[in-house]
Amino acid sequence: MHLHERRQIQTDATTALPPAIALFLVTLCEAATDDFRVCRCANATSRQTVNTTRSLRRHVHVTALLPCARSDRFLIKMASHGAALSVSKMISPFWGGRLGNTMKVFGTTLTSHRNKSLHTGENIPPPAKYGGRHTVTLIPGDGIGPELLNHVREVFRFSCVPVDFEVVHVNSDVQTEEDINNAITAIRRNGVALKGNIETKHTMPPSVKSRNNLLRTSLDLYANVMHCQSLPGVQTRHKNIDIMIIRENTEGEYSSLEHESVSGVVESLKIITRNNSLRIADYAFRLAREKGRRRVTAVHKANIMKLGDGLFLQCCREVASGYPDITFDSMIVDNTTMQLVSKPQQFDVMVMPNLYGNVVSNVCAGLVGGPGLVPGANYGRDYAVFETATRNTGKSIAGRNIANPTAMLLASCMMLDHLQLYDHASSIRNAVLTTMNETRLHTADIGGQGTTSEVVQSVMRVIQSKGQLTSEL
Amino acid sequence: PAGASRSTPSNTPTSCGCHGCMVQDPTQFDVLVMPNLYGDILSDLCAGLIGGLGVTPSGNIGANGVAIFESVHGTAPDIAGLDMANPTALLLSAVMMLRHMGLHDHGNKIQTACFDTIRDKKVLTKDLGGNSKCSEFTAEICRRIQDLD
Repeated sequence: MHLHERRQIQTDATTALPPAIALFLVTLCEAATDDFRVCRCANATSRQTVNTTRSLRRHVHVTALLPCARSDRFLIKMASHGAALSVSKMISPFWGGRLGNTMKVFGTTLTSHRNKSLHTGENIPPPAKYGGRHTVTLIPGDGIGPELLNHVREVFRFSCVPVDFEVVHVNSDVQTEEDINNAITAIRRNGVALKGNIETKHTMPPSVKSRNNLLRTSLDLYANVMHCQSLPGVQTRHKNIDIMIIRENTEGEYSSLEHESVSGVVESLKIITRNNSLRIADYAFRLAREKGRRRVTAVHKANIMKLGDGLFLQCCREVASGYPDITFDSMIVDNTTMQLVSKPQQFDVMVMPNLYGNVVSNVCAGLVGGPGLVPGANYGRDYAVFETATRNTGKSIAGRNIANPTAMLLASCMMLDHLQLYDHASSIRNAVLTTMNETRLHTADIGGQGTTSEVVQSVMRVIQSKGQLTSEL
Repeated sequence: PAGASRSTPSNTPTSCGCHGCMVQDPTQFDVLVMPNLYGDILSDLCAGLIGGLGVTPSGNIGANGVAIFESVHGTAPDIAGLDMANPTALLLSAVMMLRHMGLHDHGNKIQTACFDTIRDKKVLTKDLGGNSKCSEFTAEICRRIQDLD
């Protein structure tokens, strides 16, 4: 066994790992015959400092060892079922003796993590499918969310899409987290959700977290993907824009970690971790390769935030070295926004941490015609949630039948693609784009005079005209 | 950020959380105040909207009237010493400085001359689409100032 690299994972240690355990884990790495990955448990409260050795020959890679909320348990996840079985046999006697409790070890996926396809997970059918029909969680949200999602349901019903929606309401006026927890449970059950934005009221005390944020972090929807494309039927200053934005969705400036140790002085923590940065960079490059894109640009401010954004950039570079067919470059965020408003055609795929992602995606949405046009998707390993890209509540235009249904309809098409209902997805998407580009029936936000319902009716007429099975108009 | 809300324009301060607004209709904005990072991002964004860093002035104001005015663009070593650079950004920063010092007449005169030269489009540096030298551009501005007197 060659020890090519000794790598130290430094974390905040609250309980020291017994040296014998650390040594055991090193032995474990060397003994595992398949890809071996140690991942964190959902309720991890502390981490340990572990010296790990990395065998390049066997691609054994220890990312982190974390105890679960119960300090006597550790979660080790294996990429291969075979490895899990062999390891569990090895671990039980040793661990049981040391800690007085057997360690929970389970194998997860049967295929290697690397071969996972991006949008549909492994080649396993979506979880909530029964009798040919899918169940999808629907969260109406606030503002224009409910009416737009009603239109989506209308179009689905009309097109005989085999999707049933489980509607979960989340009340943004209450301070308890019961509603959002119900929604999260429903999404865990169904695997897929379509949602409107849940308002985060500024009048609530700071302890009340953003519901949307809670949803994203609880379900670990680590990648927010937005595809900004110029539409020929929409009048904009810049044309021929085709940018994919991949935004880290769970940490960064949105960690909700702030404190005021001294009155009038607030400290906010921006969290950047190696794991999440590698993960999002890997997602970006895999997506770029899948879609046949040429270039990935990392957006950062590493000249100022040398450790935080520096780590992010370094992770992107590391991942980039594994994709020699894709060009990688980086750009500082302020220059990026300037380039976006003057020459947006230069960008292809962009990857960035959370806050810059928020800024850049809003700018790009503005460039292609506004928040009413662009759909967004949030992908995690196990779940996917679809919504409009810029996550606006649209309170001022709610209930007036003037909101643009395009973004939400296109988001529902992304969801149908995720459910592998490709024909329905194409049919609805083409109808929406036809209405936008050929019929040119536009709502007020893009300079037209149509109402939401008129646009939706037009979409349904186009679907009907293509000769597919539909119900009554 | 989610839940962007804007009340109708009035004298009360409003808050806007949507950078898309700036891109779609920047004319709706007048004065914007914000913390450091957002200022960094938004100032470059707006510079992009008006023609780039070659024409964008800035000033850093401290306590007791201490101030440093500077153009935001870089050192441009590739065109240094070749009489090619566009002096507008630094010139307008100097105008900001004159106003800070209370020399409004001088400031206004130089700004007017500068804007007129650019509007006229006859003597422009390369980055603005012309092929005049930096010294020619400056001479034109000086000529207009003399005419204004």
